[in-house]
Amino acid sequence: MSANILTVDDSASIRLTTKVTLTNAGYSVTEAVNGAEGLMAAKASSFDLIVTDLNMPVMDGLTMIEELRKLPAQAGVPIIFLTTESDADLKARAKAAGATGWLTKPFDPESLVKIVKKVLGR
Amino acid sequence: MSTLDPVAVFRMEAAECLEAIEAGLLDLTHQLDNKDLVDAVFRGLHTLKGSGAMFGFEALAAFTHHCETAFDRVRKGEVAATSELVAAVLAAQDHMRALVDQPDADYGDTGHKLLAQLQSAVGAKAAAPATATAAVAAPVQGASANKTKNSWRIRFSLPANAMANGTNPLGLLDELRDLGECTVRADTSAIPPLDELTSTELYISWDVTLMSEQDRSAIDDVFIFVLDDMELSVEEIGSAAAATAAPAVARPAPAAAASVSPPPVPAAGVPEFRPVEAVPVRREAPAAVSQAKAAENVRVPAERLDELMDRVGELVIAQSRLSQLASASTDIALRSVSEEIERLSGELRDTMMVLRMVPVATLFSRFRRLVHDLARETGKVIELVMEGESTEVDKTVIERLADPLVHLVRNSIDHGLEVPADRLAAGKAKAGTITLSARQAGGEVIISIKDDGRGINRERVRAKAESSGLIHPGQPLSDPELLQLIFAPGFSTATAITNLSGRGVGMDVVKKTVEELRGAIDIVSVPGQGSEVSLRIPLTLAIIDGLLVRVGSGRYVIPLSAVEECLELSLEEDLRSRGRSFISLRDSLVPFLRLRDLFRTGTKPDVHQKVVVISTGTERVGLVVDQIIGDHQTVIKSMSKLHNDVATFSGATILGDGSVALILDVGHLVAAGQQQEAQLRVAG
Repeated sequence: MSANILTVDDSASIRLTTKVTLTNAGYSVTEAVNGAEGLMAAKASSFDLIVTDLNMPVMDGLTMIEELRKLPAQAGVPIIFLTTESDADLKARAKAAGATGWLTKPFDPESLVKIVKKVLGR
Repeated sequence: MSTLDPVAVFRMEAAECLEAIEAGLLDLTHQLDNKDLVDAVFRGLHTLKGSGAMFGFEALAAFTHHCETAFDRVRKGEVAATSELVAAVLAAQDHMRALVDQPDADYGDTGHKLLAQLQSAVGAKAAAPATATAAVAAPVQGASANKTKNSWRIRFSLPANAMANGTNPLGLLDELRDLGECTVRADTSAIPPLDELTSTELYISWDVTLMSEQDRSAIDDVFIFVLDDMELSVEEIGSAAAATAAPAVARPAPAAAASVSPPPVPAAGVPEFRPVEAVPVRREAPAAVSQAKAAENVRVPAERLDELMDRVGELVIAQSRLSQLASASTDIALRSVSEEIERLSGELRDTMMVLRMVPVATLFSRFRRLVHDLARETGKVIELVMEGESTEVDKTVIERLADPLVHLVRNSIDHGLEVPADRLAAGKAKAGTITLSARQAGGEVIISIKDDGRGINRERVRAKAESSGLIHPGQPLSDPELLQLIFAPGFSTATAITNLSGRGVGMDVVKKTVEELRGAIDIVSVPGQGSEVSLRIPLTLAIIDGLLVRVGSGRYVIPLSAVEECLELSLEEDLRSRGRSFISLRDSLVPFLRLRDLFRTGTKPDVHQKVVVISTGTERVGLVVDQIIGDHQTVIKSMSKLHNDVATFSGATILGDGSVALILDVGHLVAAGQQQEAQLRVAG
């Protein structure tokens, strides 16, 4: 069974790249365009992994991670966040909020798949 | 497929991003301390940088990085947002747009100048070389060249909340196993008694002996996400020679030892490793709701819509042929299918029309920047008011209107609005107002540009028209006629050609564009109080409802939106009105045109001729036709360039039987009728 992955990003081009990459790697992908929608999607169905951007309108990724971790059903769901190198303190905050790992933007498709495999353990 | 090309998606997104940044910056000029706006601009810049770097727009990413940094400092309260900074980023924004369009072009020093401007605005030293964003995430190091096997002893314990935060210890052990042969021993001594146990916490630590060709960094990479918070000790216990013995060393602790191969570890008393599954409530609420919401908007390239439109057009033509055949048939089944298809194609057409509609806001938004720039250029204080931005118009119409509107707005600002001193002297507010408005009226949308400036100087218009030979000296003209003169080719009342108006398109081009859209222009101007130019444009260009009529042996289409009523014109009435082509319509005289004469059909008039009264705005005129056939869905096909001069017709359509009918140009015919009326009045 392929894993269900939720990707949260306000950039359509990044969402597309992520989706194409992950779909090609055999995962099924659901998309959300900001933290609020991501949270809603995560509440509505269960995902094996969440990949999220940090800077987004309406609700940013950091807040979304914090909110997700408050939900009992979301305990243990790996969350990977996309970050740029200049976001050093954001990275620490995202980890404290309960993120599992990160991927530095810009990323290439292989490193995304590699990290997804790593946290999914398959 | 083009829509699945991330670079194409990026370009579209970048355009949106830049628009949002621009809008944010323009709002920010008025309210420099608005934190939400600062955040919005920052986010736009951040996305542009991030995505730009992802899709190979390195120059863009590097350049944008500096603007982003500046806004980040504002966001963090380190520097204040100043109008200087906003102006600098606004200017930089154009450069970003250029970098999106042509990432590889040579822009010379443009970028450096803009950055210098930016740096002085934030009061910082010169920018560091732009390397920050170009670096690509270094892929995890592959196998090193060194193939000798090393033995490692790895001891680790993860932070207590690691599993709650999504780290799976089994995954980490699997990864170690991928590095080479390993033996794993779980240290379960820290597991508390059952009643003190929290199911989401991790109490086990591991002791792993690994034989691998990889070096130390490969082991660190396994733990990369938890490295900062965990306890990890890695010691090299021997290389190649000693290695073979190593597993034997680890093995004599069989009680707690377990191989990592699946199914793995669960040592006594250890809760399940995937706490998610231990949690009773797992919501299965309908996913469809949120997913449907996420997919509410679909982006479609414009040319696909045009293609679809063409198909729908062909369907409508085929359908009308079917209707014609069915009506001549006695087959009930055929007739009912034909009616069904007629209904469906009508609905499809209506849906298609809606798909092509876009709010004029997309057109208006660019004027904020234009007005901002022009205000700086002219030293005039201008307030831009926009109304009815949600009014929707066919996207083709919107595209074609962009340039004419730019010209009209420039004109209003350049010719219409006075400089602040003059305005104050005239007892007006210091700031001039430009109002852009859009509203729908029947089958038309009216877009108007209004200013509260000095109004059009009639004497100057007349003098200019006389000197350039457009009118005879002293020729009597009505006020609307006089104002229409400004649309004559090459006409300009500007005493000096300024930087603003008098370049690129002129008013004659504006008029031509509007007429090509089958629209019309009205001008109202009050001296000292301002002018308003209104463009009346049909809502759509592709399909209209038409009234099919016959004149002689030819068939013609009159756009139904212009038809007011149809009357009968008896032969006696026709004869009586010869020479004075007027009919009396509820106490007012309406001029009419005999299309049979106009088209020189050379046929005898029908006994019962009809008059179709058409109107544009307040002007009415009757068209005498031989027969009214009925209403007809008309797919408009434009005429070739050779027919550009034929003003009476605005296009052609294909009828059910495959023959061609010409579509009458209402605006032109009404003007011709009014002219005839004016001549008769002068003569009579």
